[in-house]
Amino acid sequence: MAVPSYYTRGETIAYYALRVFVALVLLFLISPILAVMPLSFNSESFFTYPMPGYSLKWYEDFFFNPRWTGSVKMSFFVAFATTILATTLGTLAALGLSRSNFPLKSTMMAILISPMIVPVIISAVGMFKFYAQLDLAGTRIGIILAHTALATPFVVITVTATLASFDKTLMRAGASCGAPPHTVFFKVVMPLILPGMISGALFAFVTSFDEVVVVLFLASPEDRTLPLQMFSGIREMISPTITAAATVLVLISTALLITVEMLRRRSERLRGVQV
Amino acid sequence: MKKFATLFGAALLAGTALYAVKAQAADELTITSWGGAYQESQRNAFFKPFIDAGNKITEAEYNGEIAKIRAMVEAKAVTWDVVDVDTQTALAGCAEGTFETIDWAKLGLDRAKFIGGDVTDCAVPNILYSTVAAYDTTKTEAPASLFEALFDTTKYPGKRALQKSPFVNLEWALMADGVAPADVYKVLGTDEGVDRAFKKLDTIKKDVVWWESGAQGPQLLADGQVVFATSWNGRFYNAIKTDNKPFKIIWDFQAPDWDWWAIPKGTPKIEEAYRFITFASDPQRMADQTKWISYGPANKDAAPKIDPAILPDLPSAPDNLKTVFYPDPQFWGDKGDELRERFNAWLAQ
Amino acid sequence: MATAQAVPADGVMRAADGTPLKTALARAERRERLKALGLVLPLFAFIVLSFVVPILVMLYNSVYDPDVAENMPQTVQALQAWDGRELPPEEVFAAFVADLQEAQKNKQAALIGKRLNYEISGIRSKVTTTARKVGALAEGPYREAVIAIDKVWGDIDTWATIKRSSSDWTPFYILSMLDLRQGPDGSIEHMPADRSIYKDILVRTLGISLLVTAMTLVLGYPVAYMLATSPQKTASILMIFVLLPFWTSLLVRTTAWMILMQDGGVFTQMLNFSGITFLMNMLGVIDGEPQLFKTRFATVVAMTHIQLPFTLLPIYSVMKTISPNYMRAAKSLGGTPFYSFLRVYMPQTLPGVAAGCLLTFILCLGYYITPALVGGPTDQMISGFIERAINSENNWGKASALGVILLTATLILYYVYNKLVGIDRMKLG
Repeated sequence: MAVPSYYTRGETIAYYALRVFVALVLLFLISPILAVMPLSFNSESFFTYPMPGYSLKWYEDFFFNPRWTGSVKMSFFVAFATTILATTLGTLAALGLSRSNFPLKSTMMAILISPMIVPVIISAVGMFKFYAQLDLAGTRIGIILAHTALATPFVVITVTATLASFDKTLMRAGASCGAPPHTVFFKVVMPLILPGMISGALFAFVTSFDEVVVVLFLASPEDRTLPLQMFSGIREMISPTITAAATVLVLISTALLITVEMLRRRSERLRGVQV
Repeated sequence: MKKFATLFGAALLAGTALYAVKAQAADELTITSWGGAYQESQRNAFFKPFIDAGNKITEAEYNGEIAKIRAMVEAKAVTWDVVDVDTQTALAGCAEGTFETIDWAKLGLDRAKFIGGDVTDCAVPNILYSTVAAYDTTKTEAPASLFEALFDTTKYPGKRALQKSPFVNLEWALMADGVAPADVYKVLGTDEGVDRAFKKLDTIKKDVVWWESGAQGPQLLADGQVVFATSWNGRFYNAIKTDNKPFKIIWDFQAPDWDWWAIPKGTPKIEEAYRFITFASDPQRMADQTKWISYGPANKDAAPKIDPAILPDLPSAPDNLKTVFYPDPQFWGDKGDELRERFNAWLAQ
Repeated sequence: MATAQAVPADGVMRAADGTPLKTALARAERRERLKALGLVLPLFAFIVLSFVVPILVMLYNSVYDPDVAENMPQTVQALQAWDGRELPPEEVFAAFVADLQEAQKNKQAALIGKRLNYEISGIRSKVTTTARKVGALAEGPYREAVIAIDKVWGDIDTWATIKRSSSDWTPFYILSMLDLRQGPDGSIEHMPADRSIYKDILVRTLGISLLVTAMTLVLGYPVAYMLATSPQKTASILMIFVLLPFWTSLLVRTTAWMILMQDGGVFTQMLNFSGITFLMNMLGVIDGEPQLFKTRFATVVAMTHIQLPFTLLPIYSVMKTISPNYMRAAKSLGGTPFYSFLRVYMPQTLPGVAAGCLLTFILCLGYYITPALVGGPTDQMISGFIERAINSENNWGKASALGVILLTATLILYYVYNKLVGIDRMKLG
């Protein structure tokens, strides 16, 4: 990219300065994540370069030690259950909220989104005490309920965003052709908002899968999730297995990111929005 | 897209249902201890044999926070069935009903055979450990005394790793400030005495790295992040013996204490908890534990079964006892909360 | 849906079934509204029950504290008649002994001591000791015997404090968050210096949040500008750099910073290699290698890293909507590039700046994990002290009062955000 020939000297400097600055910021964003990944292949258990040798033993520990595999299973279980609940509840609510004449829409929205805003330590402590009275503290159901509350705002936001550009006459068209409401939903609405739903579901999944503060209070030792296992490991002392776990998590988030981006583009193309 | 969504949904449901069914079978005894090398020794000596005898165990770690146990008991959400606690926790927890009162007859054990068995009604002593300092002989010269090591920052520039707790640190600070060991608790019992101890700690506050779990002390020393570190003697012993670290323990003013098995009140698995404590108090198994860590068994019957090679590394070895300082567990059981709160406030300032 | 035929003679539009159209419409609308409500209701009920109510119940603990009233019922009763001018009469002491004996039996004495200790420093151990010893007092008179156990019971202030704490309600926790307390006579006074830390913590939390917000704006604005003005292809590649950290778990990113920031770790190696360490030694800023781990610097850097996408993305989406024609017009009218940018472009981006910065500031206030792992004891924010209050001190009143402060600050900002930006315009990714 060359500077246009009509640029003044000042503009040229600004042009290059901006590029250098942006490059540095992007480096700042990505480098911590990238710098940690190679360290997970270190043959020794310390965290400086150059590394004396390479080894897969930390991955072996991560994939075969029952403490880690158990926590991975637990995390997937909780995250899946959370995703199902959050997506269902969130989508329904978004459909309701998107009707133009919804009373007190803004207030309702503010309440439904609040779990995303309220500091998670407050949610965690409050839920611990309250759930304990219902005998739900230290149970998986307790964790799933708590995670669902934290995850639904993401579904509500993404589905509402999809519905904002959704042409409501399509529903009327469906209805006037004689289709009952549920047919209209599954044949007309659903295909159009599906990308938003899936994005929301993925957000919900990640929210639960990465969450550590609530499980810190609510999880029993038998139900340790992956972030909890990492967190307690970090507090003890950083073992290289944690870097292996971190690398795996980065790969998972990369896959999810790519999925969401593809969905977003597809939905924009579908709705004819020019990007 | 639709196919994908259907498949995705079906897979989610199937996975969840499967796992939920499996979740019903959680009938394990949860034992919480201090992590690291100590828990490893317990794993080898007690947990593995207990599992081999047909029981199920879930292990958990904590850093001795009594408040966590209290919160569970008060909220009636007890998920720890047996906890390894230190003496002040055992005493404080007993006084306020956090722990079950131990029925020694039910355990089938002779209370008189346990060193310190009569200190509290709510716990069974398992080992004697000691809080000590250590240094890396390849990097640091031997200090003349413990207090020089911890408080003389001109002679030994660099950081010190101390436990993020007032326990022992306040006593050491007072003694370093010139209080006679016999008077420490008399002084610490007054507001002026507490101020004095914190004032002494102020002199090294910026040179301290605070650790929370026992593994961190030796780790910080090994990484060269600190010149002196405190920890429990067994942790340093393991770093020296297992990891071949060139560490030396400063036994000067070592502060011995017990560890205990306690049962949080309200656990649904009290029968299994009792069975485990009986199992883990067996003299032979207790003697076996010394193969993995240098703590003295509390059961007197275990003493003759210990491998003599480890005796000089135990806190009770005569050479190590020359300037020993015995912390007063009753003092900490009573005043621990106040001092911890003050300590937390001091740290945050 | 019913359709009206033609205008009838009476001038009232009617639906097919003969009802006036106005009524039919209203009815249909009401039905629609009910349907909409029905769709939202499940989630609303769920959020209220599983989230809002638990938090409210917890916050209630910051003013509701029946420990003294419940565990010393006779003493509280007896103290009601006491005028507070001289030492309470024998009946109060007799009630006190009875209460303590009962408390000792139920192992509640430590609880009474803990509660009173918040107001009278050092009394906890005196209560537990006294409770142990009153068992031996078979019969009265109790007054002298109790004072003989500990002279604190001979102090009028002790009894005044017990009388004041005997209500189920207490302003104690909220006051102590402002470094204030009630004296024995009920007047409000300052906390002693060694316990006055909460104003500092509040200021610290706000300060760190503000600094991080400013840093994310300074770093994020140019990046957003470049993303918004670059060709589509370049922009989507650059976007990955922003979105990947955004999607990576907070714990993973914090762990990464922990590892990089260790003393002698990769970050230090980089500083040494680039000559910055040397330069800083020359300038006398530091002596030897920089020590970053467990410092404010590390905390702010890690938090900035985590929050950067949250500030950047709203700015970017606003910038995307700004037509380049404005800048062209400004320049063609003779504005210098800098002037045009400042006066024409920048004002249009302000909604995005407000949205991004507010969101980041709100989220920063609640940070717990990152300061706990990469910060030192003096870098902990309010959330960290809430965790400490529960896991280290078991003081729910304090945790709740801290929660009230934190939540109030958050909700005020959330309200501002809602008014200024609109919740429904929040975007993700």
